[in-house]
Order: sequence, then C-alpha cells, then structure tokens
Amino acid sequence: MKNFKLYIPVAVFAVLAVFMWQGLFLDTRTLPSVLIDRPLPEFELRSLEMGDRLLTTADLPDEPFILNIWGSYCLPCLQENPIFMSAKERGIIPIIGLNYKDRDDAARNWLDINGNPFDLNIIDDNGRYGIDLGVYGAPETFLVDANGVIRFKHIGVINYRIWEDEIMPAIAAIRAGGNS
Amino acid sequence: MIPELGNFALILAFCLSVLLGFIPMIGAARNNVLWMSLARPLTVGVFVFLSISLFVLGYSFVADDFSVQFVASHSNTMLPIYYKITAVWGGHEGSFLFWTWMLGGWMLAVCIFSKAMPDEFVARVLAIMGLICVGYTLFMLATSNPFDRVLPFPPADGADLNAALQDFAFIIHPPSLYMGYVGFSVVFAFAIAALISGRLDAAWARWCRPWANAAWAILTLGLSLGSWWAYYELGWGGWWAWDPVENPPLITWLLGAAMIHSLAATEKRGVFKSWTVLLAIMAFASSLLGTFITRSGLLTSVHAFATDPTRGVYILGFLALIIGGSLILYAVRAPQLKSEFGFGSFSREVFLLANNLILVVASAAILLGTLYPMVYQAMSGGDLISVGPPFFNTIFVPLMGILVVLMAIGPISRWKRTSFAHLRAQLGKVAIAAVSLGVVIPVLLTMDVPFGTIGTAVLALWVIFSMASDIKTKIANKSSVVSGLRSLPVSYWGMTLAHFGFVMTMAGACLTSIYSIERSVLLQAGQSAELGRYTFRFEGTRYVEGPNFIADEATIVVSRGGEFYKNLYPQKRLYVASGTPTSQMGIDGRFLRDLFTTLGDQRENGAWSMTVYVKPFVRWIWIGTIFIAFGGILAVTDKRYRQFKVKQSEKVARDNPGTTLAGEIV
Amino acid sequence: MKPHRRKKLGIILFIAAGLGTAIGLSLYALSNNIDLFFTPTQVAAGEVTPGQRIRVGGMVKEGSVSHSQEELEVSFIATDYNNDVHILYAGILPDLFREGQGIVAEGAMRVDGIFQASRVLAKHDENYMSVEVKAALDAAGQVPGMPQGAN
Repeated sequence: MKNFKLYIPVAVFAVLAVFMWQGLFLDTRTLPSVLIDRPLPEFELRSLEMGDRLLTTADLPDEPFILNIWGSYCLPCLQENPIFMSAKERGIIPIIGLNYKDRDDAARNWLDINGNPFDLNIIDDNGRYGIDLGVYGAPETFLVDANGVIRFKHIGVINYRIWEDEIMPAIAAIRAGGNS
Repeated sequence: MIPELGNFALILAFCLSVLLGFIPMIGAARNNVLWMSLARPLTVGVFVFLSISLFVLGYSFVADDFSVQFVASHSNTMLPIYYKITAVWGGHEGSFLFWTWMLGGWMLAVCIFSKAMPDEFVARVLAIMGLICVGYTLFMLATSNPFDRVLPFPPADGADLNAALQDFAFIIHPPSLYMGYVGFSVVFAFAIAALISGRLDAAWARWCRPWANAAWAILTLGLSLGSWWAYYELGWGGWWAWDPVENPPLITWLLGAAMIHSLAATEKRGVFKSWTVLLAIMAFASSLLGTFITRSGLLTSVHAFATDPTRGVYILGFLALIIGGSLILYAVRAPQLKSEFGFGSFSREVFLLANNLILVVASAAILLGTLYPMVYQAMSGGDLISVGPPFFNTIFVPLMGILVVLMAIGPISRWKRTSFAHLRAQLGKVAIAAVSLGVVIPVLLTMDVPFGTIGTAVLALWVIFSMASDIKTKIANKSSVVSGLRSLPVSYWGMTLAHFGFVMTMAGACLTSIYSIERSVLLQAGQSAELGRYTFRFEGTRYVEGPNFIADEATIVVSRGGEFYKNLYPQKRLYVASGTPTSQMGIDGRFLRDLFTTLGDQRENGAWSMTVYVKPFVRWIWIGTIFIAFGGILAVTDKRYRQFKVKQSEKVARDNPGTTLAGEIV
Repeated sequence: MKPHRRKKLGIILFIAAGLGTAIGLSLYALSNNIDLFFTPTQVAAGEVTPGQRIRVGGMVKEGSVSHSQEELEVSFIATDYNNDVHILYAGILPDLFREGQGIVAEGAMRVDGIFQASRVLAKHDENYMSVEVKAALDAAGQVPGMPQGAN
C-alpha cells in the first residue's frame, strides 16, 4: 500500500456502490392503503352479464369475495388469470371482476379466449369507480368481507407465491373473524 | 418461430463474446499468435449475431407480432411504420439490445481501423470489449429478454408506444446518445489494455485519441438532440431540467471532455499518464452509472412487473465487477506508468490541468446533486427530498465561467514553459477589446447596465478574439492569408471550432435564461395577449385527426407592431390506443429568437388556457453543439493519426521489447 | 527537495485547494437548495413552516378540481386519503394531470393554510403500466425521463 492515494478512487466508488445498493432496496412505494377496513364505496354500474340492468353493492355476494381490477389491454392480468381460474374450479372464494377502462366487446373476447374466472363482471369503462376505490391501474385485487368491508388490498400482479403467502391467509383470517 | 431465431442469435452472440473475452486475452498473455488472431473473427461473429437479433426484433415490430411481450407493450397496429421501427428502442429491453448492438458496432470499427496497432494490443482491447459484451448479453438473457413471449394467448393489439416518444427527434436521439455513450467503452478498453501491458506511450495516446474524440463528439450530438427533444416535445419552455435521467450523460460528457484534453497532453508531452487512464475509467463508469440509474428504477418510475430489484442488482453487480476491478487494477499498475515531469508552473500543461480540474469538479457536483436524494433517504430513514435546478446552476455557471476564461489562454500558451510576456503580447489587446466591446455593445443596445449580458458578452468575445489573434499570429509569415489558413493542421481547426461552439452554446444558454419571457393566459376565441413586441391572437380551435391520435388544434395569429407576422398551430393530442394526452407546441424558430406556444385545457365557458413564450437566442445552444461535434469529428480526420502509424508502432515495439504481460508474469 | 518533487507538491496543493473550495461550495449550495417532501398528513400535522419552499404530493381528489372561468387559476385538493391539502395554481397543468392521479406540487404554504404552487408535476399510469403513487411522489422532474427510462 505504498501508493495509498491510488486507492482513493476505489474507496470512493465502494462508498457510492454501498449507497446504490441500499437505494435499490429502499421501499419508496409504501403508501398507507386507505380504504382498508372501510366499506366498499357505493356504485351503480352495468355488468358484462346482466345487459342494461344497473348493479349496486346489493348485488354483490353475502360472503367474503375477491374484487379483481382487470382489463383486456392488461398483460399482467393474463398472468394472474390461471390462478383465478384454478381458484374458481376449486370453489375457494367467489371472484368479482371490475372491468376497468375497457371496451365491452374487447373484454368479452378476452374472457372467451383466456377463460372466465369471474362470477360477475362490473363495468367501469370511464374509470370513475376506480377513482373511488383508489385504483392506480390494473391489475389490483381487493378482499371484501361478508359485510362489504374491504379487508385487504394487493397492488399489481398476483403470482402463485403471493396467492399462497398473502391472499389465502387473508381469506382465512376474514373467515375466522366472521365466525367469532 | 421468427422471434426464437432472434433469441437464438442473442445466445450465440453471448457464447461468442465469452470466447472473445478469454481466448485472445490469454493468447496475449502467453504470446500465442494463433489465439490472439482469433480476436478479429470472433468480433465479427458477435456483431453479425447481434445484428440478426436486432433485425428480428425490428421485423417482429413491423409484422405486428404481439405474441412478443415487448412488441405488445410498445407498439400497436395503428402506429405508423417508422415509429414501429423506432419503437425497438422505445422501451427497456429493446433499447438494451440496441445498446449492445452499438457496442458490437464499435468493436467491429476497432477491428477495421486497427491495422496499424500491434496484434497483441488489439487482442487485449477486443477481449476487454468482449467481456463487457458478455455482461450486456447475459443481462438481457437473464433479466430482460426482448424476445419473451406472451403465450399461449397473445393480445389482439398492442398497448402503443409512449406518446411522448412518437416524434422525429426520438428516431435519432437515442441512436446518437447510445453510440456516444458506448463509444467510451473503446477508450476504456484501450486504458485497461495499457494497464495490463504496462505500456502507455505517445503511440498509445495517438491510437486512443481518434476514438475518444469520435465518441465524445457523437455523445455531444446525442445530448443536444435530447435537449432539443425535451424543448419542443415536453412543452414547459425549458431545454434542460437537471433531471436525474438527463444528468448522467452530461457527467460522461464532462469527463470525456476532460479526457480528450488530458490525452492531448499525454500524446504531446508524455505527462498525466495515470490521470488520463483514471479519466477513461471514470468516463466509462459514469456511462454505466447512467444505465444503472435509468434502468434499475432507482430514480425513475416503477411499473407493475418491474418492482423486483433484480435488474438493479445485476447492473450494480456488473458495475462493481468492471469498475471496482479496473480501479483496483489501476491502483496496482498505475505506479508503472511513469509520467514526464518537465513543465513549468506557467505552461500549457498547467492550463490543461486546470481545465481538467474544473470539468471533474463540475461532474462530481452534478453526481452529488443527482444521487443526494437517494443518500439522504438512506441516511434519514426515508425522508424524501429533491435537489432543485438552483443547486446545479449555482455550481455549474461559475465553473463554466472560469473554464471559458482559461479557454482563451490554454491554446495560446506553450508546452513546457510559457513566458508571461508572451501571454501579455498575445492577449493584452484581446482583453482590452473584449472588455470594452463586451460592455459597450450591451449597454448601447439595451440603454441599461445588464450585468449578466455584459458578463456573457465579455467572456464570449474574450475567447473569440483570442482565437482570431492566435490564427493571425500563426499565419503571420505565410505568403497569403489563404495559404496560411490552409497550412494550419486539421486538428487545430477541430479544436478551434469546438471551442467556438462551446462558447456559442454557453452564450445562448446565458442569454436565453436572461431574456426569455413567458405569459400564461386564459383566452376566448378572438381575444389576444401581448408579450414583448408580439401580439398573440387566439382564433379558436379545430378538430384534427392523425394516424393514431385525435387533436384540438389552435390557430394563433402572431403580429408584430400591428402587422401580421405568422400563424402558429399548437395542438392538444390524445393518442387513442393508450389514451395519453400530449401537447404539441407551435414554434417559430429563428436564429435570434424562438416564439413558442403551448395549449393548456379548455374551461367550461369555452376559453382555453395557454402559455406563450419569446425565447431569444435559444437556438444558439443547439447550433453551438453542432460546431462542437463537428470540431471533434474534424480532429479525428487529422492525417497524423493515419500517417506513420505502422512505423510508429514498429518503432515502439522495437524500443520496448520486454513490455508484454507475458514478460512480466512469467 | 528536488525541483520536480517541489513542483509535484505544488500541483497537488493546487488540486487539493481547488477541490476543497469546490466541495465546500457544493455542500453550501446543496444545503440551500434541497426541497423537502411532505405528505398531506404531515402538512395537516403542522410540520410545514409557511413560506418555506417544499414539495407536496398526493392524489388529486375526485371532484375537487375547479377552474376559474375568468382567470388562469386552478384550485384542487391533493389527498393521501387521510388528510387533504388545498392547492392553488396559476398556470398550465401538465398533460397528465387528472382527477384520481398522483401529482407533486412545488411551492409554499400560505399563512391561511392554502398551498400556493409554483409548479405542478404529474406522473401517470398508462393502462397496465401501473405507476404507483409513490413513484409519482418521487418524480424528481416533470420530464418523463429520457427515452431509455421512459417506461
């Protein structure tokens, strides 16, 4: 280490690298989700299934259910679709779709091609209800309990790990809470 | 099947670059001529397969193959064909393939234009670039493959290219920026090869200089186009925002500028050798840092499927390996690069050193401002801050002022030792003329004492007069002016032009920030707004349709002194496929000033909000950069880089027979 | 000391002095030019001194945007769904400004508790490219990134 000043650049770079390493893992994306433990906002919207009849919160299931925000333009929605399909086949929980900022025909076509895991598809073509829900963009997934109160929210795509580690425990917790 | 072909070509390019990274390097170490000679064919192979890969991606865009995820997210059937092709570099994966292909292109260029260099040196340079290419291709294959498919259910139509990128400047801005950026890896490879072989002499500097100049000149154009794009596409009236994504290329540019000056001193006088090498490493490191910042999501937006930090981890790992490794190599080997030390405290060497100091300090300050929010967040446990343009301006403007003062003295001073009398004889009159004219002209024009303008004018005239005086002295004893001008070397003209361009850019930047005026107004059809000498009358809007957008187009009638001057047509566009609104400016660009109008939104009573700007001298900024780039390219064509090359390298090889790595290791 | 050693020392001192001055100046400039970022909840908790240049970020509250019909002025409410900040802005809103979108406003609190913005920046989700609101809050500039970082 005779020429110790020659090592200064390496040292400076090492310090920088440590900061960048930290910066990479800093959680810059947490914003308290706000609608948790609040009732699902009221709505009056069309659905893909019920023709011109307008649905309200009264038409939603009386048991816990999943509300999934999706669109036919949304590539990650394609990735989560098989998970919902298998949840539907196994009858785990009712799944309601909120078709967000989409066209009806495109949405129907998408469901025909990719399979339809939804018990009901509410149409939010202009995104107004999404604003009430505080949706950032498709896909997002809410868990709503039997009383119509939002208990859980996941932003972004759901994969098998998230499904097993987060969604399933949350469903179990809601069911346990509902029984007590 | 076609996209798989591209993927396959990419994998082959990866395999070939692994071979390129190791075989010639080992060959050079063991003095194995056969292994060294593989460098060139392997390079050609890497380039060919990268080209196939890029071509296939382009084909997938043109053929609307939405089963390719990257195509589905960045194109649309309605997108015009030229944007389909440029959408290749419209997103992360494709632009990285393009970037890697550029590296392949530079490697090929080194292959072709290196006939005069010793084989051992070429083998090392290409091997180092091959290793960089290994990192890039592996990054793509592992974390961001542009050929990933959405199967088995491809979407019927794509999501469209980001609307702000559907623009002419976007067709040419990324290629030039990437080409300049990637070009610094050539100089980096030269520097590392010199460290490994322990040989860094005038010949090395002479081989290196054209590459450094070319990369830097192209980067200048890329930066300038980016600024121009931001100016007329983003519609906030500015041309540089000190955005964390804009700053890294500027840091690279400043370090590159320092490097080409230091290289000049290394070539001519054999000084600053280890400093030049360090600059080459730093310039390349800053280009990788820029990649890291823009692609890791560290300082830009994060989207749904890129939230995992894998990409950032990978790039940071690569950065640590390449830059950390080369800085350690530098620390170990730099003592062997013996610099000459024969210069006085008043000489061209010292002025170049001062130039380097200023440029490095400027880039360090920009780096500090760019990364400080991240550091602050890490240190304070999550508090968010931003560093505003005032910070960058406070640091940058005075530093550039000093740089311009030195810019007149440096080229006139002599190597080794400059007498004060010489400088006074050359610059005394220049100083008097610059100060007097620089004060008198602005005062007469404005009938005021505008300090900013006076400062700008004095500095600009100082450099320009000193250039004129230098040229006059140099051709004083030639028979005629024309033959005198012809006798000056091309590289001298390159330097002069680049310096002139720099002064023009700086003057434009200063004057436009002093004299720009703007006004935001709410106008009903038929109403007008006054700004400066101009009257802008709003004539209402009409509906227009483009290939993939619809728009409201306003007609704004500009008159000056009551007389009709010109109509401007700013638009508010809505890109149908993505639902993105954008503004299209109405601009009248002239040499001395721009008129710039942008449309806001419509109120319920039919009035439109809009902003009108008068921006004097703003064009100078970009015109100046054209001079800089042209000067840089001109210097590359200097004939001394072509003549005597063979002789020189033979001579060097004869003079230093024992300087191969083999000799040192074995 | 040999002459060239002395010269070398002189050059090193020269560099050190230059660097020292530059670092000092940079840090000084930095301390004066950082804009702290506040959430509406922090604003409501009274953490902000009126007149201090800051940034406030949040979602534009649905139905809160009101344009003046005679003047350029726009008023809206930024919310983090717990607390609201009332923001006034006289200028052209960015293209991507919409109700329900994340925005960042630069400016200062007035004494009456209204935020007077000098600049409003919007970052935006495009269909499936759902930019989370914090990314908008983090947005360091209104430029949506140079192309390679644009999405």
